[in-house]
Amino acid sequence: MIDRSFIGQSFEPLTVDVEKGRLLAFAKATGATDPIYTDEAAAQAAGYAALPAPPTFLFTLDLERADPFYFINLMKIDLARVLHGEQKFTYGTPICAGDRITLTSRVTDIYDKKGGAMEFVTVDTSATNQHGQDVGGMTRTIVVRTPQ
Amino acid sequence: MRYDDVTVGDPLPALTTKPVSRTTLALFAGASGDHNPIHIDIDFAKKAGMPDVFAHGMLGMAYLGRLLTGWVPQTAIREFSTRFVSITQIHAVITCTGTVVEKLEGNRVRVDIQAADQNGDVKLAGQAIVELS
Repeated sequence: MIDRSFIGQSFEPLTVDVEKGRLLAFAKATGATDPIYTDEAAAQAAGYAALPAPPTFLFTLDLERADPFYFINLMKIDLARVLHGEQKFTYGTPICAGDRITLTSRVTDIYDKKGGAMEFVTVDTSATNQHGQDVGGMTRTIVVRTPQ
Repeated sequence: MRYDDVTVGDPLPALTTKPVSRTTLALFAGASGDHNPIHIDIDFAKKAGMPDVFAHGMLGMAYLGRLLTGWVPQTAIREFSTRFVSITQIHAVITCTGTVVEKLEGNRVRVDIQAADQNGDVKLAGQAIVELS
């Protein structure tokens, strides 16, 4: 059983650069066909300063931590038992290549269902860019299958 | 896309992906930074009680993101959420679909979106709120 006292736990903010090469790799891996995600001229014609990060990219930025599974490991959860349950994003100023983003994360809930057979951990993340502008946030819920 | 031109029940242009291959998962692991071995290492997946590796949930959500940005400019998206309903198996061909379900105040529109495999099994089910002009 995951220690409920982790509810409210916050983590050191993470500051990470948004790299153009990473955005291109992400576009390729996800089969993106819209040129604004691969062609700087197309991105600028669409009003972006540089290649924009796609809608789910904040999740990737948070994985740039030295330990990408930071809260899972902190709670001594077996990664082999973890599934992604739910994910939500909200949006502010667009994130583009060349930005430096700071992410702040906090555990907002830990609960169980099915008589403890599955446990859930919810983490909220907010993010700002190098100008202090709100670039949106995300809420992720992981599901942990409890050993039977 | 203008608010006045949208009607509840309107479908979003559907998106069908190439089959999810092991290469897809390797590329996505590297590009997304999600190196969880359960998606790329069959030995680890079997040890975890799975028959094979399976797709990252966030790969399916990235496909849903493509569905949305194929319909409206990304800057129109205000909220985007999904539940990961079931595991996306290797070799799955994912089709993303969406429907306008509600017109809200402030030129906002709510859409239901989903990703399903070639058998019609729902993998992700979610919602988005977009703000139109």
